[in-house]
Amino acid sequence: MKRPVAPTPPPSEITPRSTYLGRREVIGGLVAAGLLAGTAGTALCAPLRYTRGSRYSLAEAPNSYSDITTYNNFYEFGTGKEDPSRLAAGFKPRPWSVRIAGEAEVTGSFTLEDILKPHPLEERIYRLRCVEAWSMVIPWVGFPLGDLLKRFRPTSRARYVAFTTVMRPAELPGQRFPVLDWPYVEGLRIDEAMHPLTILAVGLYGEPLPNQNGAPLRLVVPWKYGFKGIKSIVEIRFTERQPPTSWNLSAPHEYGFYANVNPKVDHPRWSQARERRIGSGLLSPRVPTLPFNGYAAEVAGLYRGMDLTRNF
Amino acid sequence: MRRFLKPALFVLCALPLAWLVARASGIAGAGLGANPVDEIMDRLGDWGLRLLLATLCVTPLAVELRKPWLVGLRRMLGLFAFTYLSLHFLNWLVLDQWLDLQAIAADIAKRPYITVGFAAYAMLVPLAATSTAGWMRRLGRRWHRLHRLVYPAAILGCTHFWWQVKADWREPAVYALALLLLLGWRIRRARQRSVGAGARG
Repeated sequence: MKRPVAPTPPPSEITPRSTYLGRREVIGGLVAAGLLAGTAGTALCAPLRYTRGSRYSLAEAPNSYSDITTYNNFYEFGTGKEDPSRLAAGFKPRPWSVRIAGEAEVTGSFTLEDILKPHPLEERIYRLRCVEAWSMVIPWVGFPLGDLLKRFRPTSRARYVAFTTVMRPAELPGQRFPVLDWPYVEGLRIDEAMHPLTILAVGLYGEPLPNQNGAPLRLVVPWKYGFKGIKSIVEIRFTERQPPTSWNLSAPHEYGFYANVNPKVDHPRWSQARERRIGSGLLSPRVPTLPFNGYAAEVAGLYRGMDLTRNF
Repeated sequence: MRRFLKPALFVLCALPLAWLVARASGIAGAGLGANPVDEIMDRLGDWGLRLLLATLCVTPLAVELRKPWLVGLRRMLGLFAFTYLSLHFLNWLVLDQWLDLQAIAADIAKRPYITVGFAAYAMLVPLAATSTAGWMRRLGRRWHRLHRLVYPAAILGCTHFWWQVKADWREPAVYALALLLLLGWRIRRARQRSVGAGARG
């Protein structure tokens, strides 16, 4: 588990876009607390301050900002890939608060500022593998979910963590029709939630998270299919039992609770062996999908002894 | 007016394809988005299915409006549907699968939505091939029987669309409903005709 995912990339490989934009200065060692000073009401303002060069970051070139922010599955806005970016302006991600509930010593409602204050932000360049057999490389800005969860001192009964997306049909037109059983819910086993690869993201490309990507706070679990990365989180609940998850409720034979990326376990309707890399253009073949989306060395141990065909 | 209808319809049918080509070549700042291969596939599939249903609208319109000359537009609509669906299929074979014949065969055999889509397309091939006046003459009554394949093809085409959506069945439901109405009209007409034939006999 100590092995880095990939060698730390030379800045030249991961910065071309930011250099091109000339928008931000990354100052190593600065923490979110600094960012928050004197910014009451706007928890996240551009540019974010964060550190780079996480040993968990991929050495691959990220997708363009435009790809990442216009090709989205966020059914609360609509089921078309471009619905979220088209309708994003109608959503108001602040003020924001998150309810902490369930099997923990500290529970209650916390403002986004309270949630973020102690956590230094860092960049994590992860590949996002969608269950629809495409992938992107995304430079998230966030912090380990485990660091946040520990603050609430989960009890020994906390075996799972359940998440809920905000329910606002007035701002999220997709919620006016029950494509899924709104609000969207997701969950992780506590050891998955505590794993250092699992982050809560508040930004991408150094800027606060655009609404279409799950502002202001979303989950990123890079070894699982993208739908596990629940967006616009308003509740985090520690539970003893495995919590229900939206896609599993919608089609249990197609979407499991675990949803680990696995080229050997096909979706009943399509193969998961290969994926299309978004941004590779019209003339490039699909590439092989990696077990656990390339993070097997870090996370395969979490599932030792489990039948991954049955626990898909 | 009738003289201009056919060329106008031709242009209308070609417009979605022209727009797709324009987007693919980046004309006027247009583009195909982040996933061009899927975008091409979806748009060609949409228009192929729409035109197939439009083809099935011709006979009911001609009968109900008592304008038999409308039937003269049917072949062009059908061939346009076939063109869009051929490009849809070709896009899958080449840009999506890179002619990986093993993967293609496996998908056709294993993935029900691909199986039915492929079957639908296979049924349309002989219809396009026999769409000329020469073949109509040569096949005579059998031509009409052969071209009834368009009904199962349309049913499978709608199924192909329905079976690949993840949760939002609203759009495929619209196509399925349209097809149901068009087939319903034909069933009713066939019944009336057989009753009529019985009365006469």
